[in-house]
Parts: sequence; C-alpha cells; structure tokens
Amino acid sequence: MRDSALEVSDLSFAYPDGHQALFGIDLSLDRGERVALLGPNGAGKTTLALHLNGVLIPQRGDVSVGGLEVKKKNLKEIRRRVGIVFQDPDDQLFMPNVAADVAFGPANMGMVGDELDVCVGEALEAVGMSAYADRPPHHLSFGQRRRVSLATVLAMRPEILVLDEPTSNLDPAGRRELAEILETLEATMLIVTHDLPYALELCPRSVVMNHGAVIGDGATADVLCDSQLMAAARLELPFGFDFRTAEQMRRG
Amino acid sequence: MHPQNKLAADFLFVLCVVATPTKALWAFASYLLLIGIAARLGEIPPRYLLKGLVIEVPFVLFAVALPFVSPGERVEVLGLDLSEDGLWSAWNILAKATLGLAAALIVAATTPLAALLYGLERLHMPRVFTAIAGFMVRYGDVISGEMSRMRIARECRGYEPRWIWQARAVGASAGSLFIRSYERGERVYLAMVSRGFDGSLPSSRGAEPGLGEWAASMVWPAIAACVAAAAWILT
Repeated sequence: MRDSALEVSDLSFAYPDGHQALFGIDLSLDRGERVALLGPNGAGKTTLALHLNGVLIPQRGDVSVGGLEVKKKNLKEIRRRVGIVFQDPDDQLFMPNVAADVAFGPANMGMVGDELDVCVGEALEAVGMSAYADRPPHHLSFGQRRRVSLATVLAMRPEILVLDEPTSNLDPAGRRELAEILETLEATMLIVTHDLPYALELCPRSVVMNHGAVIGDGATADVLCDSQLMAAARLELPFGFDFRTAEQMRRG
Repeated sequence: MHPQNKLAADFLFVLCVVATPTKALWAFASYLLLIGIAARLGEIPPRYLLKGLVIEVPFVLFAVALPFVSPGERVEVLGLDLSEDGLWSAWNILAKATLGLAAALIVAATTPLAALLYGLERLHMPRVFTAIAGFMVRYGDVISGEMSRMRIARECRGYEPRWIWQARAVGASAGSLFIRSYERGERVYLAMVSRGFDGSLPSSRGAEPGLGEWAASMVWPAIAACVAAAAWILT
C-alpha cells in the first residue's frame, strides 16, 4: 500500500454566489513528494488549496490528510498538519514583529514558554531570517517577507506544505534563494504556480488544472512537453527556454 | 525600562499635572523642569518634542478664544479688553495640555510601537484593543502605500484635479481602496484561520520588571505628586 500524505477524492465546491469552482477533483500525494499544481488564473487552484486545511469544507467528496478526514471536528489537527503560505506576505504577516508572527501558529496550537521560543528560533533559522526576529514586517524587503511567511508556517511543523504562487513578485535572486530553502525541507509539498521553470526545478511531478478539474498529471518534464495539454491549460514556457539546458542544470 | 513602567509613570504624572491648581505657576515650572530632565536623559532632541506638540494646535486655538468670550472681570492687556477668568482658563488648558503631551511624547520617543502595545497589554488593557491597535499599526503602512500607488497611477494618466467636479476620480479611488482593504481583511483572516486561529489571540510574553524597576519608574510621578500636593496646600 502507498504511504499517502494527502487524498482528495471527488471534491466539488461552489461559492455562495453560485460560481462552481471545483468539479470532482481527485488527487493523491505520497509522503515527502514535491508536486507542482499548474493552471491558468481562475482554474480553481487556490480554492483547492483552501480545502486542504479545512478553511473551506468539502461540499461533496472527501479530503483526508495522513488518514485524517477534513471536517469540523478535526480542524485543529488538520491545520497543524497542513500549512498554507499565501501569495501576498502582507496578508500572512499581521503581528507587530516577526517573532510574534512566527509564534502565532504554534501558540494557537497551545505551545508556550521555552518550547515556543525554540520553535520560533528553528523556523526563522530554516529560512535564514534569525537576525530579523524583532523587526516589524513592513521594514522587510518583499523577498524577506515571503521567507518570514514560510517560517510562520514551518513553525507549526506541518506534514504538508502548500505554497500559493511562491515566486510571484520575487526578484530572480529572491526566487533562487527561496528554491534553495524549499530544497532543504522534508515536508510533502504542493506548489501552486504558473512559473513553469520553477516547477521543473523543484517538482518531479506536476498536476494540471483548468476550469475546476484536473486535466493532466505526470512527470513535470512530460507535462511541459505535452503541447496539447499545455495549450488547453493556457500554459506557456518562457521565451528562449531550453529543456536540455534545464535538465543538465538540474542534474548538475 | 519596561514599557509598562513607562506607561504607568506617564499616566500618573499626567494625573498629577491635571490635578494642580491653575494659579500655582511655580508648580507648572517644576513639571516643565522634570520633563526637561527626562527628555535630556532619553537623549530626545528638543526639535522632536516641538514638532510633536504641533498636534496640540487646534486645542490651543480654542484656548486663545476663551479670554475674548468669557464673562467676568475685564483686564486690559496690550490694549485688548480681556476677561481675567478667560485668561486663566486659557492658561489652564494650554499648560496642562502641553505638559501632558510632552510627557507622552517622551514615552513614545523612547519606546518602539510594538513594545508600547505590549506594555498596555501587561497593564491589563483588554487584548482586543491592543490587537486592533496592532493591526492598525501593521496595515497603516500597507494601505497608505496602496493609496500612494493609486495616486501616482492617476497622475501618470494626466490627472491634475483643479476643480471640485474633477474630484470624482479621487472618490472612485477611495471607494476601491475601501473594497481592497475589506478584501485584504478577509484574506488576512483566512491566513490566520489557516494557522489555527480560533477567535482568541495568544497573549504576548516577556520578562516582568522587578520591584526595583517599578520603584525607579515611580520617582517622577512621586515628585510630581509632591509638587501637586504642595500647590494645593499653598493656595
């Protein structure tokens, strides 16, 4: 039997205004797997992500995390297990200083005292932001805020890490630094993005969504080479992108 | 010094100033001296204090009107016919507001905002209030940044409002800023819920000030209290 970290089966969801965002999604992630979730704007990627930690509760179908079903009763444990890093760090960071923000999640889980301090220290260390613990978030650069956002979620020691457009608005160096950090993490990872080279660099597997349904699932290189699938999902590789060079760089 | 000590000392000091009888001019002079020494100790440039005091101006304007409109005995000052009671009331407002504000400015200048909020919380200000103030501090910058980007974008498209009917674009911007902030509030809430927020914010922690520190922080209020008491006895 496979060691499954996340199981989504036949998940459907409509927003209160009647807009149907998800149509029977099936998705399964193995433990420790890094998967890219690709698709155009409005494909339902973020809606799916919000189901994974129970911010949205399935209207039809099931989501389970490490065998635990996402429902009201299990919410606390589900939210510890699944950490979402949102697209805009200004949405995620709301406390007056970085350390307090990183402590927010674990404190909600009931962690106190020295244990909490250690946890905050480790999370900031993991993203290379230890020196900024006492700074207010609005004094940090965008890349630094993105890294602190990641730390706020790492502090909860999640089993699954969901990153919503992690490279949006990052400069090239910030993008590379983030990739280096993500490479060191052991958690199962779902990276929601349309930065295709980033998906190729970090994720062996990719899932493609469009109009609220999964339309492709396979090795990232195969997915990116499937021109029909790519066109159907409005995905395009950047100008001048060369697969062979990319593969060589990844192996190197 | 811990922020809670500074806040408590500031509050008590202002209480003493407010409780001083209006006509005890020497008492106000001693308060001013105390504030001067505190500013010196905190290495606060006088320019900073003076700039901060500008906020007082609207209240001072009200005070300036008092000698003209108050009833009571009239006195002649520089050829103007003024009410004596009015003059004293104006002085009362001016002196007490200035001293209280200066004391608050000294606390503000020597304490980071986050620490002030933490101090208020330690002084048993309800967590909800400090949390709201915290959000305000955190997102004030974000929203004013958004506002200035919108303004620049308007101006880049040749918008130079000169007449009132051209204000429509500003109104529309304000409206969309409101909607955006509202939606941001929703996203912030989602992000909080994702990290296990269940309606109660975890309270901050930190070292507690010792007895010695409390004693040290009470020196200024104690002197001020003596001055106020002396002023009452002498008048």
